[in-house]
Amino acid sequence: MADRYSFSLTTFSPSGKLVQIEYALNAVAQGVTSIGIKATNGVVIATEKKTGSALVDDTTVEKVVMICSNIGVVYSGMGPDARVLVDRARKAAQEYKRIYNVEPPTSVLVKEVASIMQEFTQSGGVRPFGVSLLMAGFEEAGPALYQIDPSGSFFAWKATAIGKNMINAKTFLEKRFTSSMEIEDAVHTAILTLKEGFEGAMTDSSLEIGIATMETTINSHGVPTKTGTFRRLRPAEIKDYLANIA
Amino acid sequence: MSIMQYNGGCLVGMKGKNCVAIASDRRFGVQALGLSTNFQRMFSVNNRLYYGLAGLGTDVQTLSEKFRMSVNMYNLKEERDIAPTTFASLVSSTLYERRFGPYFSEPVIVGLEKDDTPFICAMDLIGCINFAKDFVVTGTSSEQLYGMCEALWEPDLEPEDLFETISQAMLNAVDRDALSGWGAVVHVITPTQVITRTLKGRMD
Repeated sequence: MADRYSFSLTTFSPSGKLVQIEYALNAVAQGVTSIGIKATNGVVIATEKKTGSALVDDTTVEKVVMICSNIGVVYSGMGPDARVLVDRARKAAQEYKRIYNVEPPTSVLVKEVASIMQEFTQSGGVRPFGVSLLMAGFEEAGPALYQIDPSGSFFAWKATAIGKNMINAKTFLEKRFTSSMEIEDAVHTAILTLKEGFEGAMTDSSLEIGIATMETTINSHGVPTKTGTFRRLRPAEIKDYLANIA
Repeated sequence: MSIMQYNGGCLVGMKGKNCVAIASDRRFGVQALGLSTNFQRMFSVNNRLYYGLAGLGTDVQTLSEKFRMSVNMYNLKEERDIAPTTFASLVSSTLYERRFGPYFSEPVIVGLEKDDTPFICAMDLIGCINFAKDFVVTGTSSEQLYGMCEALWEPDLEPEDLFETISQAMLNAVDRDALSGWGAVVHVITPTQVITRTLKGRMD
Protein backbone atom coordinates (compact mmCIF):
# COMPACT_ATOMS: atom_id res chain seq x y z
CA MET A 1 0.00 0.00 0.00
CA ALA A 2 2.87 2.34 0.83
CA ASP A 3 4.30 1.80 -2.66
CA ARG A 4 1.45 3.66 -4.30
CA TYR A 5 2.45 6.79 -2.40
CA SER A 6 6.17 6.34 -2.24
CA PHE A 7 7.06 7.98 -5.53
CA SER A 8 5.89 11.51 -4.94
CA LEU A 9 7.47 13.28 -2.04
CA THR A 10 4.80 15.90 -1.77
CA THR A 11 1.95 13.44 -1.38
CA PHE A 12 0.90 12.21 2.04
CA SER A 13 0.14 8.53 2.35
CA PRO A 14 -3.23 7.55 3.89
CA SER A 15 -1.50 6.79 7.17
CA GLY A 16 -0.33 10.39 7.30
CA LYS A 17 3.30 9.79 6.46
CA LEU A 18 5.54 11.29 3.81
CA VAL A 19 7.05 8.03 2.70
CA GLN A 20 10.09 9.62 1.08
CA ILE A 21 11.14 10.93 4.45
CA GLU A 22 10.85 7.46 5.94
CA TYR A 23 13.06 6.17 3.15
CA ALA A 24 15.52 8.99 3.71
CA LEU A 25 15.78 7.88 7.33
CA ASN A 26 16.50 4.38 6.03
CA ALA A 27 19.36 5.81 4.02
CA VAL A 28 20.68 7.39 7.20
CA ALA A 29 20.34 4.14 9.10
CA GLN A 30 22.59 2.51 6.55
CA GLY A 31 25.27 5.13 7.06
CA VAL A 32 28.36 4.90 9.23
CA THR A 33 27.64 5.46 12.93
CA SER A 34 28.29 8.88 14.42
CA ILE A 35 28.31 9.78 18.13
CA GLY A 36 27.75 13.01 19.98
CA ILE A 37 28.18 13.60 23.72
CA LYS A 38 27.66 16.81 25.67
CA ALA A 39 29.92 17.32 28.67
CA THR A 40 29.85 20.04 31.32
CA ASN A 41 32.61 21.98 29.60
CA GLY A 42 32.25 21.00 25.96
CA VAL A 43 30.76 18.74 23.30
CA VAL A 44 32.40 15.90 21.36
CA ILE A 45 31.31 14.48 18.01
CA ALA A 46 32.98 11.50 16.45
CA THR A 47 32.68 9.06 13.58
CA GLU A 48 34.52 6.32 11.78
CA LYS A 49 36.30 7.33 8.61
CA LYS A 50 35.37 4.39 6.45
CA THR A 51 37.09 4.37 3.06
CA GLY A 52 36.27 1.74 0.46
CA SER A 53 39.83 0.53 0.00
CA ALA A 54 43.30 0.99 1.42
CA LEU A 55 44.25 2.77 -1.79
CA VAL A 56 42.03 5.76 -0.98
CA ASP A 57 43.96 8.83 0.16
CA ASP A 58 42.07 9.27 3.41
CA THR A 59 43.78 12.54 4.35
CA THR A 60 41.41 14.20 1.91
CA VAL A 61 38.30 12.72 3.48
CA GLU A 62 36.69 14.97 6.08
CA LYS A 63 33.54 13.87 7.88
CA VAL A 64 33.80 16.04 10.97
CA VAL A 65 33.77 19.59 9.64
CA MET A 66 33.75 23.11 11.04
CA ILE A 67 30.81 25.31 10.09
CA CYS A 68 31.96 28.47 11.88
CA SER A 69 34.48 29.06 14.60
CA ASN A 70 32.24 27.79 17.40
CA ILE A 71 30.18 25.11 15.63
CA GLY A 72 31.07 21.82 13.97
CA VAL A 73 29.07 19.03 12.42
CA VAL A 74 29.27 15.30 11.68
CA TYR A 75 26.87 13.31 9.55
CA SER A 76 25.55 9.82 8.96
CA GLY A 77 24.22 8.93 5.53
CA MET A 78 25.04 10.16 2.05
CA GLY A 79 28.28 12.09 1.96
CA PRO A 80 27.45 14.27 -1.06
CA ASP A 81 24.18 15.40 0.54
CA ALA A 82 26.09 16.29 3.69
CA ARG A 83 28.54 18.39 1.67
CA VAL A 84 25.70 20.48 0.25
CA LEU A 85 24.29 21.06 3.73
CA VAL A 86 27.70 21.97 5.11
CA ASP A 87 28.07 24.61 2.39
CA ARG A 88 24.60 26.01 3.11
CA ALA A 89 25.26 26.00 6.87
CA ARG A 90 28.60 27.78 6.45
CA LYS A 91 26.98 30.41 4.28
CA ALA A 92 24.11 30.87 6.72
CA ALA A 93 26.60 31.33 9.56
CA GLN A 94 28.55 33.98 7.66
CA GLU A 95 25.36 35.80 6.66
CA TYR A 96 24.45 35.92 10.35
CA LYS A 97 27.90 37.32 11.05
CA ARG A 98 27.42 40.03 8.39
CA ILE A 99 24.44 41.35 10.31
CA TYR A 100 25.44 40.82 13.94
CA ASN A 101 29.25 40.64 13.73
CA VAL A 102 29.25 37.61 16.05
CA GLU A 103 29.10 33.86 15.46
CA PRO A 104 25.58 32.44 15.49
CA PRO A 105 24.57 30.45 18.56
CA THR A 106 24.18 26.74 17.84
CA SER A 107 20.41 26.75 18.36
CA VAL A 108 19.97 29.49 15.77
CA LEU A 109 22.13 27.78 13.13
CA VAL A 110 20.39 24.48 13.80
CA LYS A 111 17.01 26.10 13.12
CA GLU A 112 18.36 27.57 9.90
CA VAL A 113 19.77 24.24 8.63
CA ALA A 114 16.65 22.38 9.73
CA SER A 115 14.49 24.76 7.76
CA ILE A 116 16.68 24.23 4.67
CA MET A 117 16.19 20.47 5.05
CA GLN A 118 12.44 20.98 5.48
CA GLU A 119 12.29 22.98 2.24
CA PHE A 120 13.35 19.85 0.39
CA THR A 121 10.35 17.99 1.81
CA GLN A 122 7.84 20.47 0.50
CA SER A 123 9.14 21.54 -2.90
CA GLY A 124 8.50 20.13 -6.37
CA GLY A 125 11.06 18.03 -8.16
CA VAL A 126 13.45 17.57 -5.25
CA ARG A 127 14.12 14.81 -2.77
CA PRO A 128 14.96 15.01 0.94
CA PHE A 129 18.58 14.98 2.07
CA GLY A 130 19.79 11.47 2.86
CA VAL A 131 21.70 12.54 5.98
CA SER A 132 21.18 13.17 9.64
CA LEU A 133 23.52 15.76 11.14
CA LEU A 134 24.93 16.03 14.63
CA MET A 135 25.72 19.69 15.22
CA ALA A 136 27.96 20.60 18.17
CA GLY A 137 28.73 24.07 19.39
CA PHE A 138 29.74 26.19 22.35
CA GLU A 139 28.51 29.65 23.09
CA GLU A 140 27.43 32.00 25.87
CA ALA A 141 24.66 29.70 27.00
CA GLY A 142 27.09 26.78 27.21
CA PRO A 143 27.71 23.59 25.22
CA ALA A 144 25.03 22.42 22.79
CA LEU A 145 24.45 19.21 20.81
CA TYR A 146 21.67 18.86 18.26
CA GLN A 147 20.54 16.21 15.81
CA ILE A 148 18.88 17.31 12.57
CA ASP A 149 16.91 14.75 10.53
CA PRO A 150 16.03 14.64 6.81
CA SER A 151 12.52 15.81 7.67
CA GLY A 152 13.88 18.98 9.18
CA SER A 153 13.08 18.05 12.78
CA PHE A 154 15.80 18.74 15.26
CA PHE A 155 16.42 17.49 18.77
CA ALA A 156 18.77 18.66 21.48
CA TRP A 157 20.63 15.78 23.06
CA LYS A 158 22.86 15.14 26.05
CA ALA A 159 24.31 12.17 24.20
CA THR A 160 23.21 10.34 21.08
CA ALA A 161 24.17 8.16 18.15
CA ILE A 162 22.98 8.09 14.54
CA GLY A 163 23.58 5.66 11.70
CA LYS A 164 24.06 1.92 11.43
CA ASN A 165 24.75 1.02 15.04
CA MET A 166 22.64 3.69 16.69
CA ILE A 167 20.42 1.44 18.80
CA ASN A 168 23.29 -0.41 20.45
CA ALA A 169 25.29 2.76 20.74
CA LYS A 170 22.45 4.66 22.43
CA THR A 171 21.93 1.79 24.89
CA PHE A 172 25.66 1.90 25.64
CA LEU A 173 25.50 5.68 26.11
CA GLU A 174 22.48 5.48 28.39
CA LYS A 175 24.53 3.33 30.75
CA ARG A 176 27.73 5.32 30.44
CA PHE A 177 26.55 8.91 30.29
CA THR A 178 26.68 11.05 33.43
CA SER A 179 25.78 14.72 33.55
CA SER A 180 28.97 15.53 35.45
CA MET A 181 31.21 14.26 32.64
CA GLU A 182 33.98 16.56 31.49
CA ILE A 183 35.20 16.80 27.92
CA GLU A 184 38.08 14.33 28.27
CA ASP A 185 35.74 11.69 29.75
CA ALA A 186 33.25 12.43 26.98
CA VAL A 187 35.86 11.86 24.25
CA HIS A 188 36.92 8.65 25.98
CA THR A 189 33.30 7.48 26.17
CA ALA A 190 32.65 8.43 22.54
CA ILE A 191 35.58 6.30 21.40
CA LEU A 192 34.39 3.37 23.53
CA THR A 193 30.89 3.71 22.07
CA LEU A 194 32.21 3.74 18.51
CA LYS A 195 34.42 0.77 19.27
CA GLU A 196 31.32 -1.41 19.75
CA GLY A 197 30.28 -1.22 16.12
CA PHE A 198 33.61 -0.38 14.52
CA GLU A 199 34.26 -2.07 11.20
CA GLY A 200 37.98 -2.31 10.75
CA ALA A 201 40.90 -1.27 12.91
CA MET A 202 40.59 1.74 15.21
CA THR A 203 43.55 3.98 14.47
CA ASP A 204 44.25 7.70 14.58
CA SER A 205 43.49 7.88 10.85
CA SER A 206 40.27 5.87 10.89
CA LEU A 207 38.68 7.92 13.70
CA GLU A 208 37.48 11.48 13.29
CA ILE A 209 36.77 13.48 16.45
CA GLY A 210 35.78 17.09 16.89
CA ILE A 211 35.31 19.03 20.13
CA ALA A 212 33.61 22.33 20.94
CA THR A 213 34.97 23.99 24.07
CA MET A 214 35.73 27.37 25.62
CA GLU A 215 39.18 28.42 24.50
CA THR A 216 41.13 31.58 25.23
CA THR A 217 41.77 33.39 21.96
CA ILE A 218 43.07 36.85 21.10
CA ASN A 219 40.22 39.01 19.82
CA SER A 220 40.34 41.79 17.24
CA HIS A 221 41.46 44.32 19.86
CA GLY A 222 44.41 42.17 20.89
CA VAL A 223 42.73 41.22 24.16
CA PRO A 224 42.69 37.56 25.26
CA THR A 225 39.05 36.50 25.58
CA LYS A 226 37.30 33.22 26.19
CA THR A 227 35.21 32.19 23.19
CA GLY A 228 33.47 29.03 22.12
CA THR A 229 35.73 27.20 19.68
CA PHE A 230 35.26 24.09 17.60
CA ARG A 231 38.23 22.09 16.36
CA ARG A 232 39.06 18.65 15.05
CA LEU A 233 41.41 16.58 17.18
CA ARG A 234 44.85 16.10 15.69
CA PRO A 235 45.95 12.49 14.93
CA ALA A 236 48.50 12.74 17.77
CA GLU A 237 45.71 13.57 20.24
CA ILE A 238 43.51 10.74 18.97
CA LYS A 239 46.47 8.42 19.36
CA ASP A 240 46.79 9.43 23.04
CA TYR A 241 43.12 8.69 23.67
CA LEU A 242 43.39 5.34 21.90
CA ALA A 243 46.38 4.43 24.02
CA ASN A 244 44.21 4.91 27.12
CA ILE A 245 41.52 2.62 25.70
CA ALA A 246 43.76 -0.34 24.98
CA MET B 1 19.52 73.52 3.05
CA SER B 2 20.92 70.20 4.21
CA ILE B 3 18.62 67.26 4.73
CA MET B 4 20.24 66.50 8.09
CA GLN B 5 19.32 70.03 9.27
CA TYR B 6 15.73 69.96 8.04
CA ASN B 7 14.02 68.86 11.25
CA GLY B 8 16.72 69.58 13.85
CA GLY B 9 17.46 67.80 17.11
CA CYS B 10 20.43 66.31 18.88
CA LEU B 11 21.59 63.55 21.23
CA VAL B 12 24.42 62.90 23.63
CA GLY B 13 25.57 59.69 25.35
CA MET B 14 28.05 59.38 28.21
CA LYS B 15 29.88 56.68 30.11
CA GLY B 16 30.02 56.73 33.89
CA LYS B 17 31.11 54.40 36.67
CA ASN B 18 29.01 51.25 36.10
CA CYS B 19 26.37 53.43 34.46
CA VAL B 20 25.60 55.17 31.18
CA ALA B 21 23.38 58.10 30.30
CA ILE B 22 21.70 59.30 27.13
CA ALA B 23 19.99 62.64 26.60
CA SER B 24 18.05 64.23 23.77
CA ASP B 25 16.23 67.45 23.07
CA ARG B 26 12.55 67.48 22.19
CA ARG B 27 12.27 69.91 19.28
CA PHE B 28 10.74 68.92 16.00
CA GLY B 29 10.40 71.54 13.29
CA VAL B 30 10.43 72.23 9.59
CA GLN B 31 13.48 74.43 9.14
CA ALA B 32 12.79 77.62 11.09
CA LEU B 33 9.22 76.70 12.03
CA GLY B 34 9.05 74.79 15.30
CA LEU B 35 6.19 72.30 15.42
CA SER B 36 6.54 70.00 18.41
CA THR B 37 8.02 70.19 21.89
CA ASN B 38 7.75 66.48 22.63
CA PHE B 39 9.30 64.63 19.72
CA GLN B 40 10.64 61.22 20.77
CA ARG B 41 14.21 60.60 19.66
CA MET B 42 15.28 58.00 22.23
CA PHE B 43 14.01 54.45 22.34
CA SER B 44 14.64 51.50 24.60
CA VAL B 45 15.69 48.09 23.35
CA ASN B 46 15.43 46.62 26.83
CA ASN B 47 15.99 47.97 30.33
CA ARG B 48 19.77 47.83 29.86
CA LEU B 49 20.06 49.20 26.32
CA TYR B 50 18.81 52.50 24.93
CA TYR B 51 19.46 54.23 21.65
CA GLY B 52 18.64 57.55 20.04
CA LEU B 53 18.36 58.74 16.45
CA ALA B 54 19.04 62.28 15.24
CA GLY B 55 18.42 63.69 11.78
CA LEU B 56 15.39 63.57 9.50
CA GLY B 57 12.27 62.98 11.59
CA THR B 58 10.60 60.49 9.29
CA ASP B 59 13.74 58.36 9.18
CA VAL B 60 14.00 58.50 12.98
CA GLN B 61 10.51 57.05 13.21
CA THR B 62 10.91 54.46 10.45
CA LEU B 63 14.26 53.26 11.76
CA SER B 64 12.94 52.93 15.29
CA GLU B 65 10.13 50.72 13.97
CA LYS B 66 12.61 48.67 11.89
CA PHE B 67 14.84 48.13 14.90
CA ARG B 68 11.90 47.24 17.09
CA MET B 69 10.95 44.54 14.59
CA SER B 70 14.52 43.21 14.25
CA VAL B 71 14.99 43.06 18.00
CA ASN B 72 11.63 41.38 18.56
CA MET B 73 12.53 38.73 15.98
CA TYR B 74 15.94 38.30 17.62
CA ASN B 75 14.37 37.85 21.06
CA LEU B 76 11.90 35.28 19.74
CA LYS B 77 14.45 33.32 17.74
CA GLU B 78 17.36 33.39 20.12
CA GLU B 79 15.35 33.35 23.34
CA ARG B 80 17.67 35.89 24.93
CA ASP B 81 18.20 39.64 25.13
CA ILE B 82 20.39 41.25 22.50
CA ALA B 83 23.82 42.42 23.69
CA PRO B 84 24.82 46.09 23.16
CA THR B 85 27.68 45.27 20.76
CA THR B 86 25.44 42.93 18.79
CA PHE B 87 22.71 45.58 18.59
CA ALA B 88 25.27 48.12 17.41
CA SER B 89 26.33 45.74 14.62
CA LEU B 90 22.67 45.22 13.73
CA VAL B 91 22.11 48.98 13.46
CA SER B 92 25.29 49.39 11.44
CA SER B 93 24.40 46.67 8.94
CA THR B 94 20.83 47.98 8.62
CA LEU B 95 22.15 51.45 7.76
CA TYR B 96 24.81 50.15 5.37
CA GLU B 97 22.17 48.13 3.50
CA ARG B 98 21.09 51.56 2.17
CA ARG B 99 24.60 52.70 1.38
CA PHE B 100 23.61 54.46 -1.87
CA GLY B 101 20.27 55.86 -0.75
CA PRO B 102 20.75 56.20 3.00
CA TYR B 103 18.49 56.88 5.92
CA PHE B 104 19.24 60.46 6.99
CA SER B 105 19.69 59.59 10.61
CA GLU B 106 22.70 59.16 12.87
CA PRO B 107 22.29 56.93 15.93
CA VAL B 108 23.72 56.97 19.44
CA ILE B 109 23.60 53.73 21.42
CA VAL B 110 24.20 53.37 25.17
CA GLY B 111 23.85 50.36 27.40
CA LEU B 112 25.30 47.94 29.94
CA GLU B 113 26.86 44.71 28.78
CA LYS B 114 26.15 41.35 30.37
CA ASP B 115 28.84 41.87 33.01
CA ASP B 116 27.56 45.43 33.71
CA THR B 117 30.41 47.10 31.78
CA PRO B 118 29.19 50.42 30.31
CA PHE B 119 28.94 50.59 26.52
CA ILE B 120 28.43 53.61 24.27
CA CYS B 121 28.81 54.13 20.57
CA ALA B 122 27.61 56.38 17.76
CA MET B 123 27.39 55.98 13.99
CA ASP B 124 27.22 58.04 10.88
CA LEU B 125 24.26 57.73 8.53
CA ILE B 126 25.78 54.78 6.67
CA GLY B 127 26.76 52.77 9.71
CA CYS B 128 30.36 53.57 10.53
CA ILE B 129 30.60 52.76 14.25
CA ASN B 130 32.52 54.96 16.66
CA PHE B 131 33.16 52.96 19.85
CA ALA B 132 33.92 55.83 22.20
CA LYS B 133 35.49 55.58 25.62
CA ASP B 134 33.97 58.75 27.04
CA PHE B 135 31.03 60.37 25.26
CA VAL B 136 29.25 60.42 21.90
CA VAL B 137 27.24 63.22 20.27
CA THR B 138 25.10 63.61 17.19
CA GLY B 139 22.62 66.06 15.68
CA THR B 140 22.45 69.71 14.59
CA SER B 141 24.23 70.89 17.75
CA SER B 142 26.90 68.19 17.72
CA GLU B 143 29.75 70.75 17.56
CA GLN B 144 28.38 72.54 20.62
CA LEU B 145 27.89 69.23 22.39
CA TYR B 146 31.49 68.21 21.63
CA GLY B 147 32.66 71.41 23.26
CA MET B 148 30.46 71.05 26.34
CA CYS B 149 31.28 67.35 26.83
CA GLU B 150 35.01 67.86 26.41
CA ALA B 151 34.89 70.55 29.07
CA LEU B 152 32.57 68.86 31.57
CA TRP B 153 33.15 65.11 31.26
CA GLU B 154 35.49 63.22 33.52
CA PRO B 155 35.86 59.46 33.96
CA ASP B 156 34.09 57.36 36.60
CA LEU B 157 31.17 59.65 37.39
CA GLU B 158 28.52 58.19 39.67
CA PRO B 159 24.96 58.08 38.31
CA GLU B 160 23.83 61.31 40.00
CA ASP B 161 26.95 63.18 38.91
CA LEU B 162 26.70 61.73 35.41
CA PHE B 163 23.14 63.02 35.26
CA GLU B 164 24.25 66.53 36.22
CA THR B 165 27.09 66.47 33.71
CA ILE B 166 25.06 65.22 30.77
CA SER B 167 22.20 67.62 31.57
CA GLN B 168 24.46 70.69 31.66
CA ALA B 169 26.16 69.59 28.46
CA MET B 170 22.80 69.21 26.72
CA LEU B 171 21.12 72.39 28.02
CA ASN B 172 23.99 74.70 27.25
CA ALA B 173 24.79 73.19 23.85
CA VAL B 174 21.23 73.42 22.52
CA ASP B 175 20.96 77.06 23.65
CA ARG B 176 23.56 77.85 21.02
CA ASP B 177 21.64 76.08 18.24
CA ALA B 178 18.47 77.44 16.68
CA LEU B 179 17.26 74.03 15.54
CA SER B 180 17.67 72.19 18.85
CA GLY B 181 16.19 72.53 22.28
CA TRP B 182 12.55 73.11 23.29
CA GLY B 183 12.92 70.70 26.21
CA ALA B 184 15.19 67.75 27.02
CA VAL B 185 14.95 64.20 28.38
CA VAL B 186 17.69 62.20 30.11
CA HIS B 187 17.85 58.44 30.80
CA VAL B 188 20.45 57.19 33.29
CA ILE B 189 20.96 53.43 33.13
CA THR B 190 22.45 51.51 36.05
CA PRO B 191 22.56 47.76 36.68
CA THR B 192 19.54 48.01 38.97
CA GLN B 193 17.31 50.65 37.36
CA VAL B 194 16.73 53.27 34.67
CA ILE B 195 15.98 56.80 35.88
CA THR B 196 14.27 59.07 33.38
CA ARG B 197 14.13 62.80 33.97
CA THR B 198 12.73 65.69 31.94
CA LEU B 199 14.85 68.83 32.05
CA LYS B 200 13.58 72.37 32.42
CA GLY B 201 15.31 74.48 29.82
CA ARG B 202 14.80 77.57 27.73
CA MET B 203 11.79 77.10 25.46
CA ASP B 204 13.01 79.44 22.77
